[in-house]
Amino acid sequence: MRKLINAPADVVPDALRGLAAAHPSLRVDGASGTVMRADAPRAGKTALVSGGGSGHEPLHAGFVGHGMLDAACAGEVFTSPVPDQIIAATMAVNGGAGVLHIVKNYTGDVLNFRMAAELAEDEDIEVTSVVVDDDVAVEDSTYTAGRRGTGATLFVEKIAGALAEEGADLAAVAAVAREVNERSRSFGVALSPCTVPAAGEPTFELGEDEMELGIGIHGEPGRERVRAGTAAEIVDAALTAIDADLPVSGSELLVLVNGMGGTPLIEQYVAYAAAAEWLSGHGATVARPLVGPFVTSLEMAGCMISVCRLTPELTRLWDAPVETPALRWGR
Amino acid sequence: MNAADLAGWIRHAATLVSADAERLTRLDAAIGDGDHGLNLDRGFTAAVEAVDALPGDAPPSKVLIAAGRAIVSKTGGASGPLYGTALRRAGKAVADLPDVDAAALGAALTAALEGVQELGQAAEGDKTMVDALIPAVAAYEAALAGGADLTSCARAAADGAAQGAEATVPLQARKGRASYLGARSTGHMDPGASSTALILRALADVTVEG
Repeated sequence: MRKLINAPADVVPDALRGLAAAHPSLRVDGASGTVMRADAPRAGKTALVSGGGSGHEPLHAGFVGHGMLDAACAGEVFTSPVPDQIIAATMAVNGGAGVLHIVKNYTGDVLNFRMAAELAEDEDIEVTSVVVDDDVAVEDSTYTAGRRGTGATLFVEKIAGALAEEGADLAAVAAVAREVNERSRSFGVALSPCTVPAAGEPTFELGEDEMELGIGIHGEPGRERVRAGTAAEIVDAALTAIDADLPVSGSELLVLVNGMGGTPLIEQYVAYAAAAEWLSGHGATVARPLVGPFVTSLEMAGCMISVCRLTPELTRLWDAPVETPALRWGR
Repeated sequence: MNAADLAGWIRHAATLVSADAERLTRLDAAIGDGDHGLNLDRGFTAAVEAVDALPGDAPPSKVLIAAGRAIVSKTGGASGPLYGTALRRAGKAVADLPDVDAAALGAALTAALEGVQELGQAAEGDKTMVDALIPAVAAYEAALAGGADLTSCARAAADGAAQGAEATVPLQARKGRASYLGARSTGHMDPGASSTALILRALADVTVEG
């Protein structure tokens, strides 16, 4: 498939150069693959660092800015950043109040962030890690590596970022990040695979009339392949899976209908309409909706639905001002 | 094996990984996200550069540790920390020996396995690189106990790893990205076990040549 790239090996550095040129509020260190707030480090502020493989844009670099992340590290496409990158980002934004690492539960991300956290200790930087694992498509048992971290990463970064912006200490910011994760669930559906630039071939093949249920965000196959359905059927499959794990009835919800990268916004709104109707039919209130491609998988078509059961405090933090390339309100 | 032999192992492993990168990536595409060959090729290329940059009198431990560090800092994914830790632990295990004999190499491989298991928390049967590494170390130790020389021990380890990798085909993954596929992960060889077999084959090859 044809991609808008110069060379497969240059995709990430070229994209970072573009990001730097397009957003003067950010500082980009191409050598370490780190994207920082231009005003980092800020003395006394708990710093938030996240990161992961590239190809999920705007996650994570698009969420760097006021009220959200202090830095993001961009790994190769779908490959976690390496410890050198993570420690460079951590040191660059540490304002003396410690650093929260927000890590999606993928083995590579977890191992590289763990090695980086050890290196940070050697530098006398206090690091706390929160692992996001919201994906109900994966059974959480002692026999698996646990659920994947997917769409709710956005919720965790926004809400923890808001609390850190208010001046909360590392322990409090980590606690709210864990609370958001515990109250959030996601489920994704793919209508087409995606192609990693360096590999040049789709990560899996789907027939014209097929879809993958329970996908993650790395172009990997899902838990089941079924006949493609209508938007309402797809939304029903996703929300039924979420509701079975975390009943939504009686909850005030934050709801994200997330495009996977290759699905136009018109279809995402079709899905959102179905989701809003499904949720109200199941006794839930959508208190805060968000629709758009925020946690993507290159050009994969499909959508992921994420919900978070809000509390008044979480709603307040969600509403707090944010100013990043991809999320911006109240400021 | 002296430092030059171990550097030869890293170079030969890099050659085999590079030659087989496409196959490893294909295996990974079946049950993961299809980048294992690309990542490991990048890591071993960096490992060769790091080994080549060492002073001529660097001891064996430094060769392994430098290669491991380079892999951690260039590979990413799960394979970077796991292979990097394996080589660094192997390097630490040979300490300041100027020459690594059969017993010392066995101890180094055991230390590598322990490092991988500590970090990855995988057990035998989880369908990971551990499924190649455990039989490799067991075969090495058995050969050593039977009085075999280093070459025969390394060959036994390579055969053990290859059989271990083959045996991952019917398994259902319980660790790593393949575990997210559940029952759909069966019927494919684990890419990590497959690359482990390659790297131990490289070891057997250089000990024969040496």
